[in-house]
Amino acid sequence: MNRILARTALILLAAIIGLYLLLPVLVVVPMSLSSSSFLTFPPKELSLRWYQQLLDDPSWGRSAFASLKVALLSATVSVILGTLAALALVRGRFPFRNAVTAVLLAPLIVPYVIVGLAVYIAFLNLGLTETTLGFVLVHTCLGVPYVMINVSTGLVSVDRRLEMASMNLGAGPVSTFFRITLPLILPSVLAGALFAFITSWDEVVTAIFLSGPDMTTMPVKMWSGIRVQVDPAVAAVSSLSLLVIISTFLLMGAVKMIRKMIDRRASLTMNEGI
Amino acid sequence: MSVAAGTRAALRQPAPPSFASKIKNFLRIDGWGALVLPLLVFLILVFILPLFVMLQKSFTDPTFGWQNYTAIFAQSVYVKVLGNTFLTAAIVTAVTLLLAFPYAYLMTLATPKWRTVMLVLVLVPFWTSILVRSFALVLLLRDTGVLNSLAQDAGLIAEPVTIIRTMSGVVIGMVQVALPFAVLPIYATMRTIDRRLLQAAEGLGDRPSGAFLRIFVPLSLPGVAAAILLTFVQALGYYITPALLGGPKNTMIGELIVQQVSTVLRFGFAAALATMLLVTTFLLIGLASKYFDLQKHLMGQS
Amino acid sequence: MTKSQETQYESSGAPIRISGISKTYKELTVLDSVDLDIRGGEFLTLLGASGSGKSTLLNILAGFVKPSGGTIEVDGVDVSRLPPHKRGLGMVFQHYALFPHMSVAENVAYPLKRLGVPKAEIIRRVGEALDMVDLGRMANRKPTEISGGQQQRVALARAIVFRPRVLLMDEPLGALDKMLREQLQLEIRKLHKDIGITFVFVTHDQDEALTMSDRIALLKDGQIVQLGTPEELYNAPSCRYAAEFVGVSNIFQGSIKNSAFIDGQHAREFKLPLGHAKEGTGLMIRPEHMRVSPAGQITNTIHDQIGATVEDCIYLGSSRTVQARTDAGALLIARTEVPRSPDGIHAGAQIQMHWEAADARVLA
Ligand SMILES: Nc1ncnc2c1ncn2[C@@H]1O[C@H](COP(=O)(O)OP(=O)(O)OP(=O)(O)O)[C@@H](O)[C@H]1O
Ligand SMILES: [Mg+2]
Repeated sequence: MNRILARTALILLAAIIGLYLLLPVLVVVPMSLSSSSFLTFPPKELSLRWYQQLLDDPSWGRSAFASLKVALLSATVSVILGTLAALALVRGRFPFRNAVTAVLLAPLIVPYVIVGLAVYIAFLNLGLTETTLGFVLVHTCLGVPYVMINVSTGLVSVDRRLEMASMNLGAGPVSTFFRITLPLILPSVLAGALFAFITSWDEVVTAIFLSGPDMTTMPVKMWSGIRVQVDPAVAAVSSLSLLVIISTFLLMGAVKMIRKMIDRRASLTMNEGI
Repeated sequence: MSVAAGTRAALRQPAPPSFASKIKNFLRIDGWGALVLPLLVFLILVFILPLFVMLQKSFTDPTFGWQNYTAIFAQSVYVKVLGNTFLTAAIVTAVTLLLAFPYAYLMTLATPKWRTVMLVLVLVPFWTSILVRSFALVLLLRDTGVLNSLAQDAGLIAEPVTIIRTMSGVVIGMVQVALPFAVLPIYATMRTIDRRLLQAAEGLGDRPSGAFLRIFVPLSLPGVAAAILLTFVQALGYYITPALLGGPKNTMIGELIVQQVSTVLRFGFAAALATMLLVTTFLLIGLASKYFDLQKHLMGQS
Repeated sequence: MTKSQETQYESSGAPIRISGISKTYKELTVLDSVDLDIRGGEFLTLLGASGSGKSTLLNILAGFVKPSGGTIEVDGVDVSRLPPHKRGLGMVFQHYALFPHMSVAENVAYPLKRLGVPKAEIIRRVGEALDMVDLGRMANRKPTEISGGQQQRVALARAIVFRPRVLLMDEPLGALDKMLREQLQLEIRKLHKDIGITFVFVTHDQDEALTMSDRIALLKDGQIVQLGTPEELYNAPSCRYAAEFVGVSNIFQGSIKNSAFIDGQHAREFKLPLGHAKEGTGLMIRPEHMRVSPAGQITNTIHDQIGATVEDCIYLGSSRTVQARTDAGALLIARTEVPRSPDGIHAGAQIQMHWEAADARVLA
């Protein structure tokens, strides 16, 4: 009896926590459809007014483009550097292993405010603030540990004998990497790329330091839109941003399902053959 | 017979290596190992070097010396910010733990389907920007916000309850951000606990609640410790959430750093604050990594 | 296999000369200056207990492990410094190592593509190789979609499709069940006859080694303790280890004095076979040469004999195994054909075990 009571309380608590986790994510969508400039809830009447405003104001488009450019570039650089480092971590031998690993993982631990201030001070003299290059350099630091972690996990499960077999069959080390190893760790590489992309796309703290009239990423523009008073257009941007992320997850789920379906068909044909 | 043979083979030792060859062996780097160099050089140049530039700035801007550090403790405003930072981080950590522990525990009890749902719930905010979530909390919690107007319409309250720009607002916002980082390590540890131990304890005459407290809770402590550390260290450095949901009285160190740079251009002072935060972070991490494998928890985060 | 295919794959096997190959890991000596001449076209098996260094030696041949010393010559050319992909030796791995993201046909085509063979010829040769291992209709399956035995055959096809002059195999049958293993043993043996290249085969299974090999190199602690045909290994083991590792044996410990073997344990003297060695520490009699008679019954007086008590008597259909213990505590085993087994042999019975001196072997 006591146990049932405890369970019920537990489930109730979990439900409240679940709501607490989810509600802030979902509430922006209906609010962005409100026609009132005070973003009332529930919206008195629905309108796409704030979405229209996004289209009308070219600075939103500019910052979205800047963000996209930075996120794509830094995800690309992260994938290359992170995959190479993962290969070294899993396969290689190098001195000061613990210290090196600590440096590679440090961006996960150092508060972004500190990173922002440090690179701002350093970049100011180099003229790298408010430049795509500056943003890409910093966001690569923040995204690259995720690539490294994902790819390392993937690499550990790759059977070394496959690479040995490839070399025995006449492929050199580089050819073996691209034909055997890379295809096998591709899912991990892609997951790492996605992590790095989203990290950059959402990143606001270091971006606040690096942004200015010449270049402002979208999160920074959203930030200035809500810092002082609430700009309803931010609700529209947030909803769009959510849409992108949710559809990414749905897409990944769909890919997984399709693969499962193919696998199942394959096993059916196998049984026919035997 | 092959066992004995193996030890005999092991006894045939080559001559002990010289000191120089030992050093050479230690410094050896192979073809795979060399692949760490591009990222290492990149991070040293783009990440580590700026941190040192910042450190140097804290001692040289505007003049050489400790004055930026003494300035922090000379004025009660700044000392208050430091105190508030630690207080807020501690409260956030405590609340997060209180929520994360039962949530993770329920995850271990749930059916696979519900477990996935609970996991997704934890991960969705993980992947939506802190900015969007903090903004949404403002919309929900402000005086004219969703919760207040719903409660007023339902007649539960007469006047709106002020949450935004108070400590509760900051805590509500930061706990929401911190929850995933606490739930995941706790769940990862709880999952490995053998449930038969609880049955065994009950079989030996302990009450279910006693078995839970004496067996399950102690076994889950490594995950809890990791969660406390991650949450607390992260909370020290938060900027966005306290800036949006807190008032002037709730200023934390992150906000102070940004203020000092953007409004009064006191680079050296901001650098000193940042250095203090950085050193605190590293000390806490270093201390904790003595007690458990932090690398594993960081690596396991994905 | 058809005649035309046979000529397709016919090539002469390359001889391999292994000289002074050593390998040490930190403190551990895994191979201790191994010398071995492998003849072109022969089926040579590296046999040894787990950890004896078989895989290490094979991996040194293939180029995956750098030896600490010594050289490898294939067909008179020193390949010690060549990377694996330039050695042109085929290899079948433990657990096959088929590329999971490629179909069976793509797996087999892989080495041909690396060699830049024209596309039409790749298709033809892949087809041939798959037909050879009877897997033509599985060409488009993925490795996970075929059985273990079929995977094994694909690995074989992939290893020979580029016509290497040497094929290395590391316990290729280890993961298969007994029936399948025996079938594939015969198939691999036949493949060896058909394509005529040098096979170097690693196993820790003595039966497998005896069935398949032209010659066996027996490894112990990183050294070759005996090299010879299966018959030589079985009939004339060089040492106690070889006698115990290959087949079952009864061994008396002692020394040779005045052209007789002195068994210290039983305080007995046994006759020696003609042409025996001057030195030795053991005398071995295989179970099939060991006869049994009930105690007291007069046996052939020329035979050496020793009294023992039967512990167990195992009926195996075509034969019977008798386990008996001497008064000094040594366990002896005799295998007798069932009809010849005399009455009065049962657990607890006192018996005489006896043998012809010509069937005994002196162990170094
Ligand atoms: N990379 C390595 N580092 C250290 N020791 C090793 C390494 N590879 C092999 N060894 C050791 O070398 C010895 C021989 O190993 P090897 O794999 O050659 O044995 P094997 O005869 O193939 O045994 P098995 O029948 O179990 O496959 C073993 O004691 C093993 O532990
Ligand atoms: Mg082996």
